[in-house]
Amino acid sequence: MAPYESDDDRTTPGEVDEPRTGRRRAARYVVPVTVIGMAAATIGLVPAIAASGDPDLPEITAAQLIEKIAKSDVEQLSGTVKITTDLGLPNLGGLESGLTSGAMGQGGDDGSSADPSAKLTELTSGTHTLRIAADGPDRQKVSILEDAAEYSLIHNGEDVWGYDSASNEVYHGTVDASGKDREQRPPATPKDFAEEALKAVDDTTSVTVDGTAQVAGRDAYKLVVKPKQAGSTVGAISIAVDHETGMPLKFTLTPSSGGAAVVDVGFNKVSFDRPAASTFDFTPPKGAEVTEDGELDRGRDRSGPSRTPERAPKSGEDLAKGLDGLKMLGEGWNTVATFDTGAGGGLPTGDVGGDLGGFVGSLGDPVKGGFGTGTVFSTRLVNALVTEDGTVYVGAVTKDALVKAADAGK
Amino acid sequence: MSRAEAVRRASPLWTLGLFRSELLTTFRRWRTLALLGVLAAVPVLVGIAVRIETGDGSSAGGGGGGGPAFISQITNNGLFLVFTALAATLPFFLPMAVGVVAGDALAGEANAGTLRYLLVAPAGRTRLLFTKYAAVLVFCLVATLVVAVSALATGALLFPLGDLTTISGTRIGFSEGLVRALLIALVVAASLVGVAALGLFVSTLTSSGIAAMATTVGLLITVQIVGQIPQLHAVHPYLFSHYWLSFADLMREPVHWDDLTKNLGLQALYAAVFGSAAWARFTSKDITA
Repeated sequence: MAPYESDDDRTTPGEVDEPRTGRRRAARYVVPVTVIGMAAATIGLVPAIAASGDPDLPEITAAQLIEKIAKSDVEQLSGTVKITTDLGLPNLGGLESGLTSGAMGQGGDDGSSADPSAKLTELTSGTHTLRIAADGPDRQKVSILEDAAEYSLIHNGEDVWGYDSASNEVYHGTVDASGKDREQRPPATPKDFAEEALKAVDDTTSVTVDGTAQVAGRDAYKLVVKPKQAGSTVGAISIAVDHETGMPLKFTLTPSSGGAAVVDVGFNKVSFDRPAASTFDFTPPKGAEVTEDGELDRGRDRSGPSRTPERAPKSGEDLAKGLDGLKMLGEGWNTVATFDTGAGGGLPTGDVGGDLGGFVGSLGDPVKGGFGTGTVFSTRLVNALVTEDGTVYVGAVTKDALVKAADAGK
Repeated sequence: MSRAEAVRRASPLWTLGLFRSELLTTFRRWRTLALLGVLAAVPVLVGIAVRIETGDGSSAGGGGGGGPAFISQITNNGLFLVFTALAATLPFFLPMAVGVVAGDALAGEANAGTLRYLLVAPAGRTRLLFTKYAAVLVFCLVATLVVAVSALATGALLFPLGDLTTISGTRIGFSEGLVRALLIALVVAASLVGVAALGLFVSTLTSSGIAAMATTVGLLITVQIVGQIPQLHAVHPYLFSHYWLSFADLMREPVHWDDLTKNLGLQALYAAVFGSAAWARFTSKDITA
């Protein structure tokens, strides 16, 4: 009984022969290799299997589908949303927060990390997982899942709580219970984005139903919204609509230049059951630093309940709204907003320009045209042209289309 | 082969006996006790540091969310020290301790010249390997529980206890908090299964205990460094440490299982791959010492 012999039951006397020993030993490594192979196959195949087989759903026209979305009255839901944004912005916090705080219509700069506007700017770049729960118009909760931490925005009746678990800070605001609750919810669900996109539908837009898909385990129709005109940076917007509830489950905006989606928001999991009531209960934890904020709501009341918060800038109109001396050139998706800053030779001093101002040298591309000379600032979706005489042209159009619009506008 | 038959006839109690003696050997070692002592000291140090830092009423971590996870909540609830201590020890201290024990498991015996005597006993190599791995897994659990219990004791002494706020902002009672702490400790222990299997495999490769320990700990450091390099993000999901901090998802309400299940699946995969590789190596190698 030599100690170097193994206890393997399969050992037969013949295999103990020296030349075969090596092969027998090597054969044992088949086991770990097989395990690796099976794991790789599983990782590779499972998503492929899950993705295959678009569901069979009755035919529906685009108009019927849009109506279905409009009629959708989902009040109770909970789910996980994955949001990926790639605006092609340089990774500069100042610019992003400038754009977004402008877009959100909130000027919160009280320095609390629990402040919603400070937190939500994070969503304008990268990939985030959100948890969403809603129970009627009075109770909603959105949580941004972070590493070992979470930022929750809870609307329960009159209270709006923001809780940042990483720093244990709390933000508290109140709303008129009868007021429009929609504004309290950040634009996080595919529905928010879809509604915004469908607002833009007019005769310059082609809307088609492009088959079906499975989203978050539910059968959905795919609605594709495309600009008819050339020159828009928006390639296509694809919206997956749940066939039962008419709830948009996934929103994807692909740029005309190709590549990854600029905005991709979709449910990973969704349930239309009523979430547990305790989900919306919030008491500031002991020792947490609470920031009261009344400013936010007074601002909201002034702007009136009909005002919907603008999303991440989707078109020139959104971006430039609120700036003085605004003119629109062109129509539909190719609309270019223009305004004169009056600062000849300089850069605009408006909200957007103030943030852009610091990055002139590194970000701009000089262009020449019938309008004179200027600098084009590009992102994957929105391009802006600042001419030497201080006129700004902004639009979700290509650089060429922007220059053309500027020529025509002169 | 008569010995193979003897293996099959061996009673289950025999395996238990082998396992018990293996546990005793492992936990009687001064080295093991010293490792557990160091692990127990970490939460005490963290607790005292937080206590001193917040003595003037300021919040820990500068209030900006710096430092290990959950550190800002410790002053309000001592139970959070358990989570902070586990988050602080999981990246390095715990796997290092496991790497030392796992790396030493077979190579140490070979080094001391005791491995051949173990194999003379009618236990068989496969069974011995399983017993060794089981002992290492028990060490994973014990090490984690030592950190958790030490943290709980320190937290209870230095800070108030009571209802706690989950990171989702909802409140849970103290008893449910304790249950979650226990669950987290179990998940953290399970997170070490992969390192344990890796260490055991390395341990079958060499007859030097020191070399096996150093290799295992070296691999751990390498993996942790690779995990920090953003350009290598394509390989990150396959590193055993990638989902380690997902244990914090147990503190969400409702619990977010996605990463937790990925973590457990990944650990099981590492255990299967390196466990079978260790088996392939150990059952076919010449034992000379």
